Amino acid sequence: MTASLTLSTLACVRGGRVLFKGLNAALGPGEALLLTGPNGVGKSSLLRLIAGLLPVFAGEVHCTGRLALSDENPALDPRLPLAKALGYWANIDGTGPAAVAAALDALNLTPLADVPVRLLSTGQRRRANLARVLGSGADIWLLDEPGNGLDTASLALLERAIATHRGRGGIAVVASHQPLDLPGAQARALEAAE
Amino acid sequence: MKAFLAILRRDLRLSLGSGGIGLPVVFFLLVATLYPFAVGPDGALLARTGGGVLWVAALLAALLPVDRLIAPDAEAGVLDQYAVRGMGEEMISAAKITAHWIGFGPPLMLAALPASAMLRLDVETLAAVELGLLCGTPGLAALGVMVASLTAGLRRGGALAGLLMLPLAIPLIIFGAGSIGDFGGGAVRFLAASSLFLVAVAPFAAGAGIRALRE
Repeated sequence: MTASLTLSTLACVRGGRVLFKGLNAALGPGEALLLTGPNGVGKSSLLRLIAGLLPVFAGEVHCTGRLALSDENPALDPRLPLAKALGYWANIDGTGPAAVAAALDALNLTPLADVPVRLLSTGQRRRANLARVLGSGADIWLLDEPGNGLDTASLALLERAIATHRGRGGIAVVASHQPLDLPGAQARALEAAE
Repeated sequence: MKAFLAILRRDLRLSLGSGGIGLPVVFFLLVATLYPFAVGPDGALLARTGGGVLWVAALLAALLPVDRLIAPDAEAGVLDQYAVRGMGEEMISAAKITAHWIGFGPPLMLAALPASAMLRLDVETLAAVELGLLCGTPGLAALGVMVASLTAGLRRGGALAGLLMLPLAIPLIIFGAGSIGDFGGGAVRFLAASSLFLVAVAPFAAGAGIRALRE
């Protein structure tokens, strides 16, 4: 199955306010969409909308392939060692321990595999959050500010992970106010609505 | 089914790990210990009223873990991750109800053994209490998860959960305590029926509550 994601004349309303409207995008295998714009213009809302966590106000989201979302919530049990906490989701996603090990390795987290999640630093937790997406085996990645709290070396790992994912025919939708190197990505600058 | 079992195992591990299994049981035993102090060491009085006291204690013990059932998962984004994976909220609720029941139902039935000794209950009464708890605790667990999902988004939801849950538990406590008396056979059937009703309704109500949390 080839992954695809189509957004047609999409609009989002939160609390009676129009965040954006008339948004179009079409992504095929290996393509990426980079969302930029000031705070509060609806970058996170767009990702949650694609993920099905928010109702679509107008327009349509059509996607083929499994989704994985990384937002500000780690959704990892704080008491569990990192590898086990990630393993919970890998088990539900049907990918298993090998995928967790690969994800830990890709984000340079292997030395922390036995450390409880609550002891991780902000940047490490952010990478753990991304490792959950890497280990999910999903076709479409939705990443909300994935570079937050990451140092330069980790940012390079993140860019490499996204490139590998796209190389395998995956799709990435990234909302970021940090400059990220996503070669050939479509860019959308969301603007504050009137 | 795999997801159901995964949620069940995780919730059980969390309730065991955070003192969840200890707390309701200790609370239950504490009430059974305090009651004789309060009414005096009159064996006949204790034996006559003890069964009802155990039911009140069981109800309050079921209320204790309610603020840990849904709210932490909502805050940590776990419920969002379930939703992204397209897992049904009703299935999630059913798994949570099952895990909650295993975490407090059978332990409470075990704790009723020493508690009945402290209240001077005879063997027939103890048997009636145990049968009643077996029928009634699934209903209490279902009620707990339902109320937890409805109050998870609120500040100080824990206090509100008590106010919401206790009135809804009235049928369980009437038929539960009633199953101990002379006409116990009929009451225990009503108890099982109200419990079954709650177990059947709760996954849908709790599922709607979880969906409403997302906005």
